[in-house]
Amino acid sequence: MLKVSGLQAAYGASQVLFDIHLQIAEGQVVTLMGRNGMGKTTTVRAIMGLLPVKAGAIEHDGKPIAGLPPEKVARLGIGLVPEGRQVFPTLTVRENLVATAANRLGAARPWTLAGIYELFPRLDERAGQMAGTLSGGEQQMLAVGRALMTNPRLLILDEATEGLAPVIRAEIWRVVEKLKAEGQCILLIDKTFSVLKRLADRHFIVEKGRTVWSGTGDDLDRNHDQVQAWVGV
Amino acid sequence: MILLVEQFLNGLQYGVTLFLLAAGLTLIFGIMGVINLAHGALYMVGAFAAAWTTMQTGNFWIGLPVGLVTAALVGLAMELAVIRRLYQRDHLDQVLATFALILIFNQSVTLIFGRQPLFSQPPALLSGAVEVLPGLPYPAYRLFVIAVGLAVAVGLYLLINKTRIGMLVRAGATNRQMVRALGVDIGRLYSAVFALGALLAGLAGIMASPILAVQVGMGEEIILATFVVVVVGGVGSVKGAFVAALVLGMIDTMLRAFLPGLLQGVMPGPEAQALGVGISSMGIYLMMAIVLLIRPRGLFAAGG
Repeated sequence: MLKVSGLQAAYGASQVLFDIHLQIAEGQVVTLMGRNGMGKTTTVRAIMGLLPVKAGAIEHDGKPIAGLPPEKVARLGIGLVPEGRQVFPTLTVRENLVATAANRLGAARPWTLAGIYELFPRLDERAGQMAGTLSGGEQQMLAVGRALMTNPRLLILDEATEGLAPVIRAEIWRVVEKLKAEGQCILLIDKTFSVLKRLADRHFIVEKGRTVWSGTGDDLDRNHDQVQAWVGV
Repeated sequence: MILLVEQFLNGLQYGVTLFLLAAGLTLIFGIMGVINLAHGALYMVGAFAAAWTTMQTGNFWIGLPVGLVTAALVGLAMELAVIRRLYQRDHLDQVLATFALILIFNQSVTLIFGRQPLFSQPPALLSGAVEVLPGLPYPAYRLFVIAVGLAVAVGLYLLINKTRIGMLVRAGATNRQMVRALGVDIGRLYSAVFALGALLAGLAGIMASPILAVQVGMGEEIILATFVVVVVGGVGSVKGAFVAALVLGMIDTMLRAFLPGLLQGVMPGPEAQALGVGISSMGIYLMMAIVLLIRPRGLFAAGG
């Protein structure tokens, strides 16, 4: 599905990513872990084409996508739930969901408004409300719904539970689990170690812009002390 | 009373003309962040294309679509050739480049049509007057201009608030990177919005062509007031542009019509005349200063 190898990227003169490796197979849920400032969100931005790639390769379905503009990357089936949610504040909840909705890859059962509202009943209640007036948790649900409405083959969740109340976190995780059960391919960036270990098929740890470790949940347990040092929980 | 109604209609007509120009300008500024000084050039292009075609064919209804298409195509070419390169540049670069466009357009139009203004006629159907009140005949064509302006306002309202294109325009005004990251080719959206803005500027020029002398420099005369409308209304807000255009159009017209007369009640004639004319030409700028003091982002600021 997605294969990143030897990825390097920089903000202007300061290089942030030095050697990122990452692979996600069809139907997998994969995590990208690491402490703050180690390059997780930068990796996502580079994959999405929001940041130029200096070196390395990004392949989606075997096709190279490094250097493509963000709209092309998205059109190939990568749906982004960005860090900080970034819903469109001056659009209503319904408009946020509808504005960029598409089924460009011809999904057999595309997402509908009704489907999203079933997933997040709160969004249904708030359908006519301006997204800027929603609570943080509701904005997060909206950002997930908005990405799903583009019917992505790979969903990227960047810090989707950060700063949310425990009840809301639980709801987001419930939805992620449900999506996983339906076979949705997901790249998770988060710090809720216990949940990630249970949900994900494979984990990648980044440290100072390099992928320093990868493995399964069991491998995580075997390398417990080292992983703790990298992830810092 | 009759004079007041007549001036009210004049103000309305000037207001909708300002609105047609300001709507495009505010969208372009609001979602693309480009200051397009050459927006007035598109007004001139629409007016020249329509007036010339009308004079050649003797038919305003042929001149109208020709003017619209010409303005939209010239706008599209302007976006592709110049404006597209300015999105990432700062406002000084934009002002320099679009000021250059004004000079280029003015010289080109002079080369093609010469320095003599064109005078075209309203269509025969609308050449008469309508008695809007007993004892007040008002030119039918000017009523038509008002009606067209109001119809465009309704159409734009629906486009921006009820369609997906409108949603994307509003979304792009606050977070264009996110719009792209969700798969929307914002370059195409920008081109479409710019062409729409050009079309509306052209329409304003076409509507004005049977009323004003169609000449080089007509764009600059009106573009300053248009910028005032955009700033007062709130950059990026079409609703703001509509309200500000009508209010400022009305204030400008009323001051010019009545202020010298009112001042004559308190001071000698020639001085009242001079002062009245002076103050009325400052009127909309004074209004802008007052609005900006109270609401620095304009009446209906768009975006976050």
